Amino acid sequence: MTAALLLRRMPWITRLGLLLVLLFAFLAAFGPWLAPYPEAEPVADVWQPIGTAGFPLGTDTLGRDMLSRLLFGAQRSIGLALVITVLSFAVGSVCGFLAAIAGGWADQVASRIVDVFMSFPALILALLVLSVMGSSLPVLVLTLAFIDGTRVFRLARAVAVDLNVMEFVEAARLRGEGIWWIARKEILPNALPMLLAEFGVRFCFSFLLISALSFLGLGIQPPAADWGGMVKDNAQAIAFGLPAPLLPAGCIALLTISVNLVVDFLLDQASRRSRRG
Amino acid sequence: MLLQIENLRIDGTDVDGNSVEIVKNVSLEVDRGQVLGLIGESGAGKSTIGLAALGYVRPGCHFAGGSVRLDGQELVGAPVGQLLDIRGRRVAYVAQSAAAAFNPAHRLLDQICEVHRRHGLGPRAAAERFAVELFGKLGLPDPERFGQRYPHQVSGGQLQRAMTVMALITKPDLVVFDEPTTALDVTTQIEVLAAMRRAIREQGAAALYVTHDLAVVAQMADRILVLRHGAAVELGETRQILEQPREDYTKALVSVRRGEHERHGGHERSVVLAVDRVDAAYGAQQVLFDVSLRVERAATVAVVGESGSGKSTLARVITGLLPPRSGQVRFGGEVLSNDLAGRSKEQRRRLQLIYQMPDVAVNPRQTVQEIIGRPLTFYLGMRGDALRRRVKDLLARIELPAHFADRFPGELSGGQKQRISIARALAAEPELIICDEVTSALDPLVADEILNLLLRLQEESGLSYLFITHDLATVRAIAHEVVVMQRGRVVDSGAKDEVMAPPFHDYTGKLIRSVPEMRTDWLDEVLAGRA
Repeated sequence: MTAALLLRRMPWITRLGLLLVLLFAFLAAFGPWLAPYPEAEPVADVWQPIGTAGFPLGTDTLGRDMLSRLLFGAQRSIGLALVITVLSFAVGSVCGFLAAIAGGWADQVASRIVDVFMSFPALILALLVLSVMGSSLPVLVLTLAFIDGTRVFRLARAVAVDLNVMEFVEAARLRGEGIWWIARKEILPNALPMLLAEFGVRFCFSFLLISALSFLGLGIQPPAADWGGMVKDNAQAIAFGLPAPLLPAGCIALLTISVNLVVDFLLDQASRRSRRG
Repeated sequence: MLLQIENLRIDGTDVDGNSVEIVKNVSLEVDRGQVLGLIGESGAGKSTIGLAALGYVRPGCHFAGGSVRLDGQELVGAPVGQLLDIRGRRVAYVAQSAAAAFNPAHRLLDQICEVHRRHGLGPRAAAERFAVELFGKLGLPDPERFGQRYPHQVSGGQLQRAMTVMALITKPDLVVFDEPTTALDVTTQIEVLAAMRRAIREQGAAALYVTHDLAVVAQMADRILVLRHGAAVELGETRQILEQPREDYTKALVSVRRGEHERHGGHERSVVLAVDRVDAAYGAQQVLFDVSLRVERAATVAVVGESGSGKSTLARVITGLLPPRSGQVRFGGEVLSNDLAGRSKEQRRRLQLIYQMPDVAVNPRQTVQEIIGRPLTFYLGMRGDALRRRVKDLLARIELPAHFADRFPGELSGGQKQRISIARALAAEPELIICDEVTSALDPLVADEILNLLLRLQEESGLSYLFITHDLATVRAIAHEVVVMQRGRVVDSGAKDEVMAPPFHDYTGKLIRSVPEMRTDWLDEVLAGRA
């Protein structure tokens, strides 16, 4: 299916979502260059309202430019969430597929280990690891990727178990194909729509988890800007009737919604295609 | 007139969002006490017309014109409240898969009486009494307590009858049967057909009977409407349609169902496959008992039996998917390892399998080129141009154009997908192909083409087939030898002409007599014979 055809079929709401996703991607890529002020330096009085001359989105709790921090934060928050999600899918889905195809004790061992980790709430587990190991970027990324990876493993395994009993997989097995070929050529293409949908959701979750950790002080460390941390820094402004924390919170919400709009559409298309014939 | 459909047109949208006509100007009438059979291949619009009698169209479709009147009341465009009142109470629907229609979490009686309650037709006790009466009429065991069971506790045939009870519980004027016996095997089908026919006659209800099987509709219907591509082809009395069809399409349908194929050529006498005294089990349950059979080169051996007779399990043992408990499988002179892992690539190549359901037998996310090309690369090491040329050759052999190589299975019809499965098996240049019910998921005309293709390929390349089927017409058409199985044992075997001609072995005879024949009074004769 060509991209043009896909675009033509999109309802306006999906197009809007796609537009916003592309906009966020652009800001994440070039944010630091677009920012009018530096990330960490106070440049004006604290909590200037929106529309102040020179500071279109106002300033924050330390008098730093809100717009600039949002742009720096975009790169860090979105980039990190993307890296974490990609990592977790690469590891989680490969392990899930192999466990499902291999079956037997290999599957049992892998699944029970994952069960153990799934029994801890993600946030608690992340807090535990980060407070023991100290919050550095590599530790943060690997921890969250691992936690997410266990969730992806569950899904990938469940989908692959269903596909594994299909006759085309049996045919491949009868032919003598190896486990890796079956995972890559028979299972993966059929599991892709499901994984894609999950990717959208997981991306949003890991984005929110980073934000939550930053909000709790264990995620991205100040003075580096990220959207979750910015909500926390400016939380008290609400008490004075200032909308400062709503700006990063709104960005988080908007990104989550637009990613899901696009994912919903893709999922719908995928299910239509497999229904055909 | 009870049901009057005039110039009905129903449009739908395909995947690409284009409008398609599903039903084109179809008119029909059914009066009380009458059964009208709607017959045609899949895509003929017969189910859509059946549903239209309930004033319903599937999501994505809409009424584009015409009228559907029940006792003079217009259903097309009627308010939803009015339709809900009619559905289930005055017009009932019996779907193809009873297993999918019942909720597994509730007892049968609760589900059956729900319609009665929702339409406020009186106290539940009365409905229960009537349900029990209907259970008895439909020949269900222990009618008093049958309703207390859950759907998984009864057989497929019983569940289908329970669904008929569900439809009849409100004493509807019209019952729409949508392929209600397609999922059943032949011996069960007879009992269900007889029970349904008796029940609608006693209630004085009218019925629309949707099916693709002429012989089945011959037992049920007073008149038959033949449909093709959404348009009416021929309407007539059942006897006239069967004996003097006027339209070419109807003639083709009738002659395919009568199933006459020619048998070709002689063949050498070397044994390709020998199964010796095989016992097999799933866990503690033994499924195969002391099964032996032989397949000669360039010959076709048909394994027949109803569902549960162990014929598919036999295929799993031969292919190595299920290691037998005892006994052995010899192939081309070598003893095959019991499990798949112990077999060489060469052994696997020479023994191929074609599946029943083409929809799940080919990977929907691979192109035809990839599907057919993989065995060529895997077994024969073909790549690049040679590979592409060979795929093109194979497509030509299965009578599909070369440009199909770039298509996905979703863009092919059921018959075309089955051809792709055949090509994938052929690509390995096998000596024996196991065909597991390869035609049972296909429309009769398409199934016929597939059988002809298999016969032609056998003539061209001296292939042997082990043909697993429950359809005796197929056996007559293609087998040289027949092995009859019942409950995991071989009960009868030999050359086709001996097995399929009198005097019959008891069970073989029962199977043969269970196949509906294309005469209107066949069912009565069988039932009389059994009594």
